Amino acid sequence: MIRRAWFPGLITVALAAALIFLTLPIAAVFLETSPGALVDSLGSQGAQEALWLSLKTTTLALTIIVLVGTPAAYLLATRRFRGRAAIVTLIELPLVLPPAVAGIALLAAVGPAGLLGRGLAGAGVELALATAGVVVALTFVASPFYLRQAQAAFGALDRAWLDASRTSGASEARTFLRIAVPAAAPGLLAGGALALGRALGEFGATLIFAGSFQGITQTVPLAIYDRFATDFDGALALSAVLVVVSAAILLAVKLARGPDGLGIAAR
Amino acid sequence: MLRAEARTRLGAFSLELAVEVAAGRCLALAGPSGAGKTTVLRIAAGLVRPDRGLVRCGEHAWLDTERGIHLLPEQRWCGYVFQDYALWPHLRVWQNVAYPMREGSRRARRSHAEELLERFGIRALAEARPDTLSGGERQRVALARALARRPAALLLDEPLSALDARTRASATRELASVMQDLEVPVLLVTHDFAEAAQLGDEVGIVDEGAVVQQGSASELAAQPRSAFVADFTGAVVLTGTARPGPDGSSLVDLDGGGRVTSTDRGDGRVAVSVYPWEIAVARGAPAEDSARNRLPAEVLSVTTIGGRVRLGLAAGQPLQAEVTTAAVRELGLRPGDQVTAVWKAAATRIVGGT
Repeated sequence: MIRRAWFPGLITVALAAALIFLTLPIAAVFLETSPGALVDSLGSQGAQEALWLSLKTTTLALTIIVLVGTPAAYLLATRRFRGRAAIVTLIELPLVLPPAVAGIALLAAVGPAGLLGRGLAGAGVELALATAGVVVALTFVASPFYLRQAQAAFGALDRAWLDASRTSGASEARTFLRIAVPAAAPGLLAGGALALGRALGEFGATLIFAGSFQGITQTVPLAIYDRFATDFDGALALSAVLVVVSAAILLAVKLARGPDGLGIAAR
Repeated sequence: MLRAEARTRLGAFSLELAVEVAAGRCLALAGPSGAGKTTVLRIAAGLVRPDRGLVRCGEHAWLDTERGIHLLPEQRWCGYVFQDYALWPHLRVWQNVAYPMREGSRRARRSHAEELLERFGIRALAEARPDTLSGGERQRVALARALARRPAALLLDEPLSALDARTRASATRELASVMQDLEVPVLLVTHDFAEAAQLGDEVGIVDEGAVVQQGSASELAAQPRSAFVADFTGAVVLTGTARPGPDGSSLVDLDGGGRVTSTDRGDGRVAVSVYPWEIAVARGAPAEDSARNRLPAEVLSVTTIGGRVRLGLAAGQPLQAEVTTAAVRELGLRPGDQVTAVWKAAATRIVGGT
């Protein structure tokens, strides 16, 4: 008698269950209301302001992250020095920090009564409850995603490529710009996309540190929270936008990892 | 002229050596991996800073720790070919070669790069990406790139080791002819003595961070000053105890049995060396001839290399003989056969204590 193999069936069922559980809620965002109602809800002033604010703050945060993070990651990836491992760990700490803790921590540091906040207030800089505060919160929670990925991308470069650039007459800065960054570009793009995704969805730290004021600090996730009890269709419409953007980011990450990222040639 | 002297710590031992190459000449540093050969090149290029050292190229001091001079790699004027060629994967072949050029428009740099590629017979590959090239093509691109700046010195790190055996022979000839036209000093490192002998006007044997012997390749092979050099140049090395023999010769009682005669002088514990192609084999007791050294041995292996056959022999200590295929056929040699290894006392070098 032939015993029927039960294991292939079990793993197929497990995958099917995971797939349904993970995709059903996302599909529901689009299926709960008519597409017309979704588009109408996006026309409201509050929704428009939230979308615009999210676009502005995430772009700004990502710019800061890339401009500061790229050279910092390069240093960590190409130099060996004492305390390097400790620095890497410290930089990654915000990755595992609960967002609410991040918000409190930012208040304690740069809030009106915080460690540096008093000095900043004296200089006329107000971060808490201001749009600039949103950028600070987004940068704080999202930058480790970029730093980690960028450091790995630079670390994977063949050191001889950098040496060959130097012996070809290029300074270290030129080597960084012309060899290291382009050669590490796929990894850097993936890191940027991850940081962008994290910044776009940021909720807890922004709410605690910057508050939720329409047009000033109310980004899309905060606007969704603001209306889910009273205006469910409006919350759905904003959620749909985030789903589409997140999917686009995921696609970008896969493409940036090269032709094999999607299982198809990317040419 | 390129001159480099350095003293620096290098893992378990310290590197301490001085090398000098005249313009238009090639010094090949040969030695096992980990001996510090590549470090010498990196010091010359400015990629490694030694504790103490001096690097001069022509009139220019590139490094002088005593006077506090340390030029950055980009300020030195040397072409460097890296072991695995280190071509930049995101740049096309012509861009790789044009990268070191700073002057002129993009178009001028491109046409200069293509001229260089033409010289190496690979102009057709100008638009290709490095990862689509064969090993031999990469090597030529790397060489073209190293020469693109008209360097004052050329540094080659194992320029042929990344190639398969078939490509290597033709690439070696090509490289030798390219170097013939160069008017700059060339410093080359390799782990292969035969390669060093083919490419270097002089060969320096490097072991544990020091040049243990330097000279022409044939000098090193004929008169190795140590067992290490003899072994590295491909000789059979046997150990034993020497005592003076008749007519200024030496008799060496080998460890593991047997005695050989050498025309060199030696006393006490020594190593003797002989090249495999100096050793003949005979079946049974050989007829009278002038060769002084006869060791009974068992054939362990019979390996054909090109037109020659390398015999692995066990005679107290292992040794190898290199004979023709015809000789093996005529004698019907097979593993397990008992033979006598025969060679002249004059081909037997005593290479110092062990």
